[in-house]
Formats: sequence, C-alpha cells, structure tokens
Amino acid sequence: MLHPASPQQHDIATLFWVMTGVAGFGIALIVFLLWLGWARRKREGMPGGERAGIGLLLLLGVVAPIVSLSALFVWSDVFVLRATSAPKPSSASLTVEVIGHQWWWEVRYPGTRAVTANEIHIPAGERVNVVGRSADVIHSFWVPALNRKIDLIPGRTNRILLDAARPGRYRGQCYEFCGLQHAHMGLWLVADPPARFRAWLADQERDATASGEGRDAFLAEACSSCHQIRGTPAQADVGPDLTHVASRRTIAGALLPNTPSELAAWITDPQHFKPGNRMPTLGLPGSEIRSIVAYLEKLR
Amino acid sequence: MTTAPAPASAPARLELVWEEPRGALGWLTTVDHKRIGLLFFFTSLAFFAAGGVEALLVRTQLAGPNAHVLGPERFDQLMTMHGTTMIFLFVVPMGLGAFGNYLVPLMVGARDLAFPRLNALSYWIYLASGLFVYMGLFIGQAPDQGWFSYVPLAQREFSPTYGVDFYALGLIFAGMSTTATAINLVTTIFKLRAPGMSLNRMPLFCYAQLAGAGSALILLPPLTLDLVLLELQRKAGFHFFDVAGGGSPLLWQHLFWLFGHPEVYLIVLPAFGITTSIIPTFARRKMIAAPLVALSELLVAFIGFGVWAHHMFTVGIPNSALAFFAAATLMVVIPSTIQIYAWLFTVNLGRPQFKVPLLFVGAFIVFFVIGGLSGIMFAAVPFDQAVTDTYFVVAHFHFVIFGAAVFPILGGIFYWFPKVTGRMYHEGWAQAAFWLTFVGTALTFFPMHIVGLLGMPRRVYTYSGGLGWDAYNLAETIGAFVLTAGLVLMAANLWWSRRHGPLAGPNPFGAPSLEWATSSPPPPYNFAVIPRVASEYPLWEPAEGGVLPEGHETLESTVRDAYLSEVVELPHESGWPPVVAALLAVMFGLALTSHFVAAGVFAGLAGLAALAWLWKEPELE
Repeated sequence: MLHPASPQQHDIATLFWVMTGVAGFGIALIVFLLWLGWARRKREGMPGGERAGIGLLLLLGVVAPIVSLSALFVWSDVFVLRATSAPKPSSASLTVEVIGHQWWWEVRYPGTRAVTANEIHIPAGERVNVVGRSADVIHSFWVPALNRKIDLIPGRTNRILLDAARPGRYRGQCYEFCGLQHAHMGLWLVADPPARFRAWLADQERDATASGEGRDAFLAEACSSCHQIRGTPAQADVGPDLTHVASRRTIAGALLPNTPSELAAWITDPQHFKPGNRMPTLGLPGSEIRSIVAYLEKLR
Repeated sequence: MTTAPAPASAPARLELVWEEPRGALGWLTTVDHKRIGLLFFFTSLAFFAAGGVEALLVRTQLAGPNAHVLGPERFDQLMTMHGTTMIFLFVVPMGLGAFGNYLVPLMVGARDLAFPRLNALSYWIYLASGLFVYMGLFIGQAPDQGWFSYVPLAQREFSPTYGVDFYALGLIFAGMSTTATAINLVTTIFKLRAPGMSLNRMPLFCYAQLAGAGSALILLPPLTLDLVLLELQRKAGFHFFDVAGGGSPLLWQHLFWLFGHPEVYLIVLPAFGITTSIIPTFARRKMIAAPLVALSELLVAFIGFGVWAHHMFTVGIPNSALAFFAAATLMVVIPSTIQIYAWLFTVNLGRPQFKVPLLFVGAFIVFFVIGGLSGIMFAAVPFDQAVTDTYFVVAHFHFVIFGAAVFPILGGIFYWFPKVTGRMYHEGWAQAAFWLTFVGTALTFFPMHIVGLLGMPRRVYTYSGGLGWDAYNLAETIGAFVLTAGLVLMAANLWWSRRHGPLAGPNPFGAPSLEWATSSPPPPYNFAVIPRVASEYPLWEPAEGGVLPEGHETLESTVRDAYLSEVVELPHESGWPPVVAALLAVMFGLALTSHFVAAGVFAGLAGLAALAWLWKEPELE
C-alpha cells in the first residue's frame, strides 16, 4: 500500500502521507496543550482569560476543522475517488473475472478458455478491468500495491481497475473474514510485459495433454471429483482448476511454494497446512502421491 | 451547604423506610439504584476480564508467525467472543448500567431512578443474557463468525453449530436490558431532578447519559430486527439474506451498521460525561462553553445516526452515496473537537491538580485524538477502501474504544471510589498503575497502524513469516501483557484501599456536583433533604432551602425548569425481576434448540410474572 506500483495507488499513498502529516501536527498541538496545562498548573488563568479560551476553541475546534475537512473531502472524495473507481469496461484493454471461494480464488479470462486459480496475470502498462464475484460467502479482493479493495458478495458484481505501471509480482489476500482459512486465502498478481502476457494466456487456454500413471491415479482417486484438468475426464469445479498447475509459483492459496516436495506434502495432508479447508486428507500411499505429483509437474 | 432545618429524627426514620434486607436475599430482591449499579459494575468487570483473557489468548497466538497456540476454530471463537463481550457485555453495561445507574439519581438530587423494579429487571436480564452467550463457549459451540456476523457466513449452511444462535438470541435478550436502563435514565433525567435544577443547570455528565440512553432506544431496534431475521432464516427457512431466495446479504449489513455506528457513540458518550465531571473538579474551575459542550454531546449522538455506510465503503455502493456518508462522517468531527478544546482550555484556565483521575482523562484525550484522526483518515474514501479490514482499522477502533471509552471509565472508578466505598485509594500506587496501563495501551495498539499499512488483514488466526509483520505483532503482544499488569495493579490498589484506605468523607476532592453533598457511601435514601439547586455547580454555589419527603418517595419536577410538581411513591424490593429474567432465559434457551412451542409457553409465563409484579402495588409506609 505504501509502495505503489500504479497511478491509482500512487494517489492513495499520497493522500495517506499528507493526511498523516497533518494528523501529526494535530496530535502535537493537543499534546502541547496538555503539557502546557501541566506546566502552568500553579498559575490560574491563561493570557486573554476565558474569552481567549472560547475564541481559540471556536477557531481550532470549529473553523479549522471545517476548512481542513472540506479540503480533504474535495480532494479525496471527489478527485481521488474518481481516479480509483471502477473503470468503464470499454476503457480497459482486458477483463479478468475473479470469483472468491472458501478459501481460494478462481480466475477466468472472459472471451478465452483460460481458467486458473490463485495467480492472476495481467499485462503491465494496460488498464485491466477486474470483475469480482463470490461463489459462497463474502470475500474481499485486494492487491495493496495496485489499488483499493472490492468486496466479493454473492449475487453482486464489483469491479476494480488494475493498472500496473511496471512488470512485477504483487501479493494479495482476502480481506473479509470468510471462515476457518481466511488467513490463508492469498494470491499473487503477476504483471507481465504485454507480449509475455499474451503468450501466457495462450498457454493457459490449451488443454492438458500429458500422460502417465499419475494421470490414471488422479482420475481414479477422489482428486477428479473436485478438480478439473481440461483435456481429461476430470471436469469438476469444486476446487481449483489444475490444468496448468505447474505454471504457478505457489499452491494452496499462495501458502506454499509450488515445488514437488511441497506439493507432495500438501496432497498427503492438506488439513495439516490449512485445517478446516475443503480438501480432505485422503490417506493415499506415498508412492501414489509421488506419481500424481510427477504428473501434475508436467501440467505447465 | 445549607438546607431547611431537618428534624433530627429524619435520617433514622428514613433509614427504616428505605433499608433493604441484608445478605444474599437483599441483593437478589434489591431495587436500590446504588446496589444495582454495583451489581452492574462487578458483572461488567467480570466480563471485561473474560474479554481480556480472550484478547490475551488471541495476542499470544499472533505473537509470532505460524504459531500453534490456537487452531483456527478456537481462534475464531475467541476473537468473536472478545468483540461481542467487550461491546455488549462490558462497555455499555459499565457506562449506562454501572456509572449511569449509580450516579444519575445522585447528581440530579433524586432518591432513585424513575422505575426501580425495571432497573432490577434490567440487571437480571443483563446477567442472564451474558451467561446465555457464554453457555455457547462452555459447550464448545461459541459464536465464531466475527462480532458483526456477516451473512452468508452466519447462515446455517456455513455456520452449522449453535454458535450464531447463542450470539443472535443472546443479543436480542441483552438488548432488553439496555432498553430498560435507557428508558429509566431518560425518564429520571427529564422528570426527577431536584427543584431548581433546570435543564441548563443539569451536570454535563447527565447530558452525556441522556444522549447515550436516548441513542440506545433508537439504535437497538435495527439490531434486534436483524437478529430476528437471521434466526428466522436459520431456524425457519426464511430467505431474507440469500440471493437465490430473493434476499440480499447487504440487508444484514445495512441494518447492522444502522445499529453499529450509533452504538460506538453510545460507547463513548458516558466517557465524555465522566471526563466533564473530572475536569472541573481537578481544574478547580467551571467548564468553559458548557452549553456548547452539552450541545456537542447531543450532536455527536444525533449525527452518528447518519454515517453507518462508512462501514460499507467497499461493498459497491455508488460514488454519490460514498461521498454522502463520507461528508456525514466528517461532520461528526466538529462536536468532538469542540469538546476536546473545551476540556483543554478549562484545564489551562484552572489550577489543575494532576491526581490519578485527571491523568486518566489526559491519556483519554491523547488516545481519543489519535483514534479520531485515524477516523478522519477513513473518511477519505479511497484510503478507507485500501486499509479497511486491515489492522489499521483495528488500531483505530481500539484507540477510540479502549483509549477513549475505557480510560475515562478507569479514571471514573478512582474518582468515585471514595464516594462509593467511603475510603480513599492510594494515590502513589494508582499513578504507577496508570503509567503502566498507559504505556501498555500505546504499545499494544499503536503498532497496529503500521502492520495494517503493511497489509496484515484483521481476523486472521496466523500469518506467514517474511511479510515484515513479525516484530510489530510481538510488540503488540508484549504491550497487551504490560497493559494487563497495569489493570491488575489498579485492581489490587482498589481492593486493598477498600479495607485499609483512609476514610474519605463526603467530598474529598472539593467537587461541585450533588453526589458529593451526601455521605460516603450514600445512605439508602441518598438525601434526607432534597436540596434546592440554583447553579450548575451546586456545591460551589449553594442555595437555601430544600424539601424533605418523609417516605419511600422522591420529587418529580417539570422538564425544562424543574419546578416541583409532585411527590412520587417508589416501590420496595421485589423478587419478581429475577424471576422474569430467569423465565425469559429459559424461553431463549428453548428457542435456541428450536423448541418453539415450549418457548412460547415460557414467554407467556414471563408475561404472567411481569403482570404479577405490576399487580402488587408499592407498599405505603
């Protein structure tokens, strides 16, 4: 939030620093007046007496707030608000749909077949319209470096403009208490140079073609009853789409790095890492898990 | 002060008329506002301790990243219980039920509140509803959905245990207590003031209580409605909140915050009242611009009803609505700053003695300003939309709730301790406790601003390392224990002083208001002769004359000018209030477990018990 990576967040951060500066001055004045009361405690009265007291009260307690707060209101609630508001879809070069689930993020690119989870890619330097919805309870989507947050509310759609000034990776997370694993509902937002983004998107649209005994295990075990891998019979949408899971840097809602050993540990006992989450600990034998992981590692 | 000469036997006769049974039976059937005030005081202190333990457990879990002190279920229950306990079972009952109950009749020169048996009922309902909510914790099904219980999370599909039901039914129940107390306070303030105490001579403490109690009456119905709708949805399959059934999750939020925002002004108003009592006494001069201060207290409550959607800036309401609520939120600043500068300049104009009550008030001013400034920052909508639901907002509201509501309560406890117990507290140890509490509070809550700006969400049971949050969280946890030590030291001081402190006499601080005109502790009848009042500082500018009602009576006067209008008969002790409260508790328990017919039977029985109580006329002596 204090390291803005977009023009919108830059506006918000500037607003913050100015307000903090003025607030600092305000609290200093109050502490000074308290100190003065203590320092002058043996002397009755103050210069100008009660009339001065009331005059200063009106000046500092009525006039000064009216002036400063009006200025604050116009700056923040007219100008900055307009700059950080939901964009007109036509003004954006791309629309991304984010759907909140307990406790992961479904990410879709309307107009394409691409579906992923917990890692959103956008082209840097372009205005992106993010459309937020929820599949269950209220969540809240925020990438602090890029703009403010929007609540994801069932039955409603909220939109936010993301306009990353430069390529980079920006962390986000859920900011509305949504149950047991609210703390571990993280995401990564990756701003790629536009050409790299288009290549990534094209990749994400393709079906999975990898094969192996892990694929058979995936389909035979409970995995396929929750997870979709496009290009296979696994079509369920209860949990994150895994068609290109190996292309992602993290798993489990940005909780764990996406390495073979972490992936194996996660599949072995998801309840250990995110107790209460919807992926059950299946008690699969280690050898089966290893072959499933080997298969998933091919799904780039 | 001088009064009409009272017969020497008057106090003894009054003692006979007013005394209540000793022992447990006396406390069970009491209708004396002072005893009921003490019951509220100790019960709300017990809930404060419970809420504090919940906070310490939460802070222990959050002291470092990825800790395993508490799992998510336990954590979610403790953080929900912490918020629910502190707001509903501690700070409001303490402000209105303890301070308001005990002091308002004394300050206006009455012998009791307007409806003493209703007062008793209010306490027993409060106790029963608090125990009801905690029953959930004891059976391992505590509320765990956060203290504002958003839907759909609070619906049965996502919260299948009884937790939400304990919360919803318990708070409907508790709301009855607050309503009863509010009715009592408003009526007493308007109708039972001593002759001559016209509205412009009423203590500012009573204006604050009036504003708070008046707000309570208006802010509770939206909450009660919301909770009823939630229970109907959970228990009877209604669809108020789910989209598929034609409802909306935002209905919950609008009703909740329509309650919730005025509630926080209800929380802070008694604290303003305590502050405006302590400052003139210790500054040894009258409050400047007192009419402005009184008006400001009322305005804060009034404007507070127009700002609720500032808790909903991220739900997707249109920019024009955002701007409206931001502007209304900014307007509340003015009556607050008027009060702050009135306090500060009164202190500067006087010759202040920095005894412990004034120290707590000084700390309150610092914390209130910091919390108020962060509140102003939240009125900048894009900034709010960035940091809402982070620890920045947790910092803000703890500064205004703990710093601004609790610190005056602590100061007020020391200030009126000599009046209530007849003994003086130990000043040196009290100052030590103050500094410990002040430093602990600052250390606990100030770093939360920073860690919120660094992105730490609220209501998370743990967090990953490497995000830069660790050191701040550790500091906050240490601060919480320092703060606890300060509070324990305070309690120890008061416990010791109760037994061993020097006798205090009626007015050890030379204060101006009427509660200091009677003995410490006051006799059951408060005042033998109800004094005539000719100034807003009656003990500094006493008047001649007074009235001696001889029986179980107090004086009723006109609303604006306090001309004596009649002598009012007050009821004696009664066992019906605890009976009604117990029957209602059983009713709510049966509703919780979906035994609706049986619950209806107990509702009927409670109604009959209330009728029995009304049937019995107050005895004439």
